[in-house]
Amino acid sequence: MTVHNLYLFDRNGVCLHYSEWHRKKQAGIPKEEEYKLMYGMLFSIRSFVSKMSPLDMKDGFLAFQTSRYKLHYYETPTGIKVVMNTDLGVGSIRDVLHHIYSALYVELVVKNPLCPLGQTVQSELFRSRLDSYVRSLPFFSARAG
Amino acid sequence: MSRQANRGTESKKMSSELFTLTYGALVTQLCKDYENDEDVNKQLDKILFSDFLPRGYNIGVRLIEDFLARSNVGRCHDFRETADVIAKVAFKMYLGITPSITNWSPAGDEFSLILENNPLVDFVELPDNHSSLIYSNLLCGVLRGALEMVQMAVEAKFVQDTLKGDGVTEIRMRFIRRIEDNLPAGEE
Repeated sequence: MTVHNLYLFDRNGVCLHYSEWHRKKQAGIPKEEEYKLMYGMLFSIRSFVSKMSPLDMKDGFLAFQTSRYKLHYYETPTGIKVVMNTDLGVGSIRDVLHHIYSALYVELVVKNPLCPLGQTVQSELFRSRLDSYVRSLPFFSARAG
Repeated sequence: MSRQANRGTESKKMSSELFTLTYGALVTQLCKDYENDEDVNKQLDKILFSDFLPRGYNIGVRLIEDFLARSNVGRCHDFRETADVIAKVAFKMYLGITPSITNWSPAGDEFSLILENNPLVDFVELPDNHSSLIYSNLLCGVLRGALEMVQMAVEAKFVQDTLKGDGVTEIRMRFIRRIEDNLPAGEE
């Protein structure tokens, strides 16, 4: 079981943070384009999911999976989006993504007046705490399984 | 056991007093920096581009994230739900008071928050030469900034103020419009 990578976006589509742990294949496009592609896709899926829902929407888009990986999605009412790619053995990790938002992003970035919002997070503390947190997750193993 | 409980409330009281005194210091400094109360009122409400003192709007845009992280409240479906959350959850969390919600407009787009007591003005009296100062205007900026981050454009203003001799403090909130999500430029 493992975590492949993580994206953090704000409400304007700016990629606030990207981290990679186990990624064997790259997208083949520059990183900036990859972020735009990811954000654009998420935007479309959210709108599609709510439009086509046969019932009243509760949480909206949560995750998708392929035969090789699963993409987990978490969004706040302020438009902060946490996207984590894991392998297939992982169930619902909304609490993990919420923790990344509340205990890491809000505590270390939002509450730090020296960290400007709306651009890539420069804080080394944020990057390293996020890295330690992800590595400590029960479904993260040092070898991609 | 009871000693520990006392210490808990005491430290809460101390930190709210500290907040009240800090706010007072901020307003005093602004009064010194700006010549008339109108300008100070504007400063308290918003400074969009200031790097330094985080004034109302700038506080609001960050405060909303902390609020969402701690309160687990989801998206509000309408302005009434928003009013409830502001009064019962947000004000309680940050100022320790629960204002009441009254005076809904017939269209449901305006309401009043009535604060029996305003912790910001605990030790404050307005002197005669500052009679037009809206002392707690920071709150209006905070409300505006916070709600803008959850896609609501609102106007918040004080219509009654205990510092000016009114019986209660009343903030009038008006819903202007919903702010739509925009795809960033360059997306198909």
